[in-house]
Amino acid sequence: MADYTSRDITLSVSWKRILLYTVLVIFALYFLLPVYMVIITGLKPFSEVSISRMWTLPVKPSLEAFADAYTRLVPNLVNSFLLVIPATLFSALIGSLNGYVFAKWRFRYANLAFALILFGMFIPYQSILIPLVQFHRSVGLYGSINGLIVTHIIYGLPITTLMFRNFYAEIPDDLLDAGFIDGLGIITTYFRVMLPLSLPAMTVVFIWQFTSIWNDFLFAVSLTQRPAVQPITVALQNLAGSQVVEWNIQMAGALLSALPTLLVYVLLGKLFIKGMLSGSIKG
Amino acid sequence: MTRTKKDLRKAFLLVLPSLLLMAFFVYGFIGWSLRTSLSAWRGIRPDYTFVGLRNYVNLFLSDRFINDLWNTFYFTIFFIVVTVVLGFILAFLINRNVRGESVFRTIYLFPMALSFIVTGVIWRWLLNPTYGINTFLGLISEKLGAFGWYTVPTQTLGFHPALIALILAASWQFTGYTMAMYLAGLRGIGEELIESARMDGARETTIIRKIILPLLRPITLSAVIVLGHISLKIFDLVYAMSGSGPAFATDFPGIFMFETTFRGNRYAQGAAISMIMLLMVAIVVVPYLVSTFREETK
Repeated sequence: MADYTSRDITLSVSWKRILLYTVLVIFALYFLLPVYMVIITGLKPFSEVSISRMWTLPVKPSLEAFADAYTRLVPNLVNSFLLVIPATLFSALIGSLNGYVFAKWRFRYANLAFALILFGMFIPYQSILIPLVQFHRSVGLYGSINGLIVTHIIYGLPITTLMFRNFYAEIPDDLLDAGFIDGLGIITTYFRVMLPLSLPAMTVVFIWQFTSIWNDFLFAVSLTQRPAVQPITVALQNLAGSQVVEWNIQMAGALLSALPTLLVYVLLGKLFIKGMLSGSIKG
Repeated sequence: MTRTKKDLRKAFLLVLPSLLLMAFFVYGFIGWSLRTSLSAWRGIRPDYTFVGLRNYVNLFLSDRFINDLWNTFYFTIFFIVVTVVLGFILAFLINRNVRGESVFRTIYLFPMALSFIVTGVIWRWLLNPTYGINTFLGLISEKLGAFGWYTVPTQTLGFHPALIALILAASWQFTGYTMAMYLAGLRGIGEELIESARMDGARETTIIRKIILPLLRPITLSAVIVLGHISLKIFDLVYAMSGSGPAFATDFPGIFMFETTFRGNRYAQGAAISMIMLLMVAIVVVPYLVSTFREETK
């Protein structure tokens, strides 16, 4: 780092650096453009949402649209929390046990079993959707938040198993063996030694699952019909689909429904990225 | 430390529940979908009368499905190219001891935290032909400002210009992802290697082409696989942004499957579409999974 700065000074040809920063700033503006639009549109009263003033700041900013969007979406925001919390928790815990076994206990055909589980994370969910809906109907889970919870736990297992396996694979076998010397069995070793060690991985998996379940749309729209039980993504889509002209409410609604995952991202960005990168396979 | 047979059996029993869940909910359901796709089920009540490949034949004879395959083809290519190239450029630039690096990174990557629905709703407004970004573009050129984005019904060589709107939104969401992957890769390349090439008087473009890109090839491959399998099953974004569009300009197999199954009650046809989608994804993913495992067991 030091020689970079010194070189910059000696050359004093910082035009290259200026160009670099210009490009970076232009890209940043591009990525932030929709944010600007969402915020200014959301802060406009309905009368100001028009062609000519699309890009200008609101003349009389008001929280009208946010209040309106909030009243309409709050039941669905609650639904999403009721769905996401248990689904995240259970898919992570089961995935952690699976990951421990696949990382440290290579039973016969363990690799094949692992690959068979892993494939489940790549399939287009359309290919299991019709049976899933039929199944939910026949066992009485259709149209309920519980049904969505179960669905997300099951189809979340491949990715959580993968993430934990990658994490446990890094933990030296000595620690495991130490547990055995102390007379612990395979399960007690997991609970006493491995699980406590996996706290960082657990956070990463929590964040990952929280985000992807919160953002799911296909399962939600296929398995729930009554607005009262629908998660936020479906409610937002309905709001946007039916109120074509009330852009201010749509934008306010979009911001509200994105807030929880955005907050997680801003506060725990590093862990979010870690999860994202470990999701792309690699042993 | 040696594992006893008994322990290994116990280990197997621990993952058995998950294996059974996958056997039923993934493989069993795929089989069930396959059976549905070979049936005459049309209407609310299941009807598993075997009709052979009729549903598949009908799909390939229908203009809508062929149109969807073209859309998938073009969307996948452009989405991957734009996202990978931009992601690499951003990673490369940000890696040059940029001040405020983490601020830039945070900004480029934040769309990954959003749902496709949120992205779709926002970009539908941004690219709205009468309001939207066209107000800006109109200042540059009148023709540009009159572009209808996702409302353009025409096509050339199977390419619908309406897809540009979707490619823009999708790459906006995923460029940060490829950037993060490349950034992780760039950090793994020794600075000395590049520095010594610079000392030898190698040009910047040569360094990129001859040293950096070859070393990052595994990352490019992962990125292409991940983005490819996302785009082959794309649904939410399209649903929120434009639906099937005018003259199916933005229709995709995922949209067709959903509409025909749950709106039109043509379950057999929907199942056939889903099987073709599965096949497309499998062609991309299975070789990748197999090679990854081969390498690992080596």
